[in-house]
Amino acid sequence: MSTPAKSPRAARFAARLEATAEQLASVELPASAGWLKRARAAAMDRLRGMGLPEKRDEYWRYTDPSRFIVNPAQPAAVLSVDDESPVFDTIDRLKLVFVDGVFDAAASDDLSTEGLEISRLADAGQADIHWAQDLYGVLEAKGQAPVARPMAALNSATATDGVLIRVTGRVQRPVSLVYHRSQPDAEMILHHVIRVEAGGEMTLLENGAGAARVSTVLEADIADGGTLHHVRAIGRDHERTGITHIFAQLGTEAHFKSFTLTANGRLVRNEAMIWLLGRGGSAHVAGAAMGDGAFHHDDTVYIVHSAPDCESRQVFKKVLHNGAVGVFQGKILVEQIAQLTDGYQISQALLMDDRSQFLAKPELEIYADDVKCSHGSTSGELDPGHLFYLRSRGISESEAKRLLILSFLSQALDEMRGRIWPTTCGIACTVGWFGTAAKRCQSHETWFAATAPRVWWCAASIMDRAVRRVFWCIWSLPAACSLWRNGRRLPAMRIWTTANPLRPACLARCSASCSWPPWCSTPSVGF
Amino acid sequence: MLNINNLHVKLENEDKAILKGLSLDIEAGSVHAIMGPNGSGKSTLSYVLSGRDGYEVTQGTATLDGEDLLDLDPEERAAAGLFLAFQYPVEIPGVGNMTFLRTAVNAQRKARGEAELSAGEFLKIVRAKAKDLKIDADMLKRPVNVGFSGGEKKRNEILQMAMLEPRMCILDETDSGLDVDAMKLVSDGVNALRSEGRSFLVITHYQRLLDHIKPDFVHILAGGRIIKTGGPELAVEVETNGYADILAEAAL
Repeated sequence: MSTPAKSPRAARFAARLEATAEQLASVELPASAGWLKRARAAAMDRLRGMGLPEKRDEYWRYTDPSRFIVNPAQPAAVLSVDDESPVFDTIDRLKLVFVDGVFDAAASDDLSTEGLEISRLADAGQADIHWAQDLYGVLEAKGQAPVARPMAALNSATATDGVLIRVTGRVQRPVSLVYHRSQPDAEMILHHVIRVEAGGEMTLLENGAGAARVSTVLEADIADGGTLHHVRAIGRDHERTGITHIFAQLGTEAHFKSFTLTANGRLVRNEAMIWLLGRGGSAHVAGAAMGDGAFHHDDTVYIVHSAPDCESRQVFKKVLHNGAVGVFQGKILVEQIAQLTDGYQISQALLMDDRSQFLAKPELEIYADDVKCSHGSTSGELDPGHLFYLRSRGISESEAKRLLILSFLSQALDEMRGRIWPTTCGIACTVGWFGTAAKRCQSHETWFAATAPRVWWCAASIMDRAVRRVFWCIWSLPAACSLWRNGRRLPAMRIWTTANPLRPACLARCSASCSWPPWCSTPSVGF
Repeated sequence: MLNINNLHVKLENEDKAILKGLSLDIEAGSVHAIMGPNGSGKSTLSYVLSGRDGYEVTQGTATLDGEDLLDLDPEERAAAGLFLAFQYPVEIPGVGNMTFLRTAVNAQRKARGEAELSAGEFLKIVRAKAKDLKIDADMLKRPVNVGFSGGEKKRNEILQMAMLEPRMCILDETDSGLDVDAMKLVSDGVNALRSEGRSFLVITHYQRLLDHIKPDFVHILAGGRIIKTGGPELAVEVETNGYADILAEAAL
């Protein structure tokens, strides 16, 4: 029997699948049981079906994926402990330590915390039933369309460890994942799953070098009224390579804010795929990166607006020096139903010399007709006029550059603050780290060292919380009174329920019996 | 104090000479005004003295108290006591005005081997000086010159001058874009700084500014050279008759 002749494209794809099968033949899935075993096998099947990425893929146009795939991982020098600048050390946090990609219980804090259910991926896999089984690999699988993300599937299949966090209350104390490394050729494949239950709130911090080659996936499901803050400072060792993925879906009035700070790193790709599924949600993804020499940094972000009245922000700033390369691929997809969308995307690079490059592919795809979406992308050098103005006032050239670089990054750094960011202190620490990171890396020049910003707003976080509490008391009292007087039909109640953490429960109770006011056609949204 | 001798300057990228043998001596404590038609090289003079890129000195010298200015970086000139109030102050988004002022003051103090000002001391001084210039707290908090009106920008320049306490101040068309009241305010700020050890070089098109800031000497700059020097009455003559007579006289 003769097979019909394949088109060149189909033939190429078939060849890719074959090559993938060959490469994966020797890969053994980590030992696991139950649902985790099934999830891993499914991820492996997905991967076999799509094949590993190739440089010719449009999606990998600016970043060569082969270095993420070659076996074994390229060794990378380990930074000494002295070089590890403590990023989040001044914050009261729950510390979870991973060494060479494996959870280190001895170095970590006690996992039992009010409002949080934390378990290790390795342990959870042994349970027959676990809440995470509905999410592990599920969001990742959903994120394979419209663009295949094989590296994420590979992670789901082969992740050696990770942490599963279920957030049931408003947790002020951040959970901090710290990645340490002891071996120059260590590989770290971590897969984290976070489920923020309705009205829950938590802050996740990530930092540390991790390994010579890093792959992390974070799957986050944020239910109605939930909030997840995410701040990470990607390792400071220059020789490491890393690829990270965030998959997040948000319910009604859920908020997600993610900020990534990068200094150094030979090859880093951060992908984020976010779905806004409920009315009134917001997703902010931001990053600031500073690179010198052999530095390739790629931010690839895809935000889908699938519900009305949501807000999204993508703010990425890169400072590139000595031939460093920055990449940004960002997309906002606004579905037809997502009226009143407010989307914004900006990617900017500061090129410190002629050899550095910034490659940007900003995209908007809009099917709704009543939206506000804007995007911008620029690359440029320091304004000589600005530099001269500062110098003419006696400020040295390096200090003037430091000021101007900070001012360039300020829009991205500001993304860490704002309405839903409780621990302003975090910014302070990460920003401080940013400077010292560069200082300790020998490949950096003095101007870069001088960029260490001064940090002073720790006190602001305490103030911030106090003010919010007072505000809450003042606000909730009259709202509760009017509720008591007027029953459940008044706008006051709507305000109350919007702000109240118990809102979803209230909604569930009321929506069943509610038929007022008449203009409200979706009982799950309003009254 | 400032001695400029036979200064020749051309643009770095073009073969175009702008200053052609300019000489000027400014003694300590005096105020000199420079007037001249458009394109005569007034702004170039201020930029060359303060060290902006893009100009090439082909001949001549400029010294401040015997120290060769042309060899120094802009920040070193500032530390030596030179200050240029810009014709068009630059907007720098993201850099707070206060941060900028404090960094500048402390950088200069450090360069001169003096102790840096503490935050408290600095705040006290800057508030007092800002008050004299009617600069409110909000302007100090905002990014440098961003969203400032023309008058606010010029007042901010004078505030910087007051904070940095230079010995040699160059005011490049500080009156441009100012209304009558703002000009008075800025001039008062400048006059308050006049002292025995401090000299001013005031570049302007109009005699009006010189009513407020009384010069000891007025120079007419044309074709890259100073063609006439006189007292304040020379500015009045320019205001009434224009440059035609003076230019014709110089051509003879």
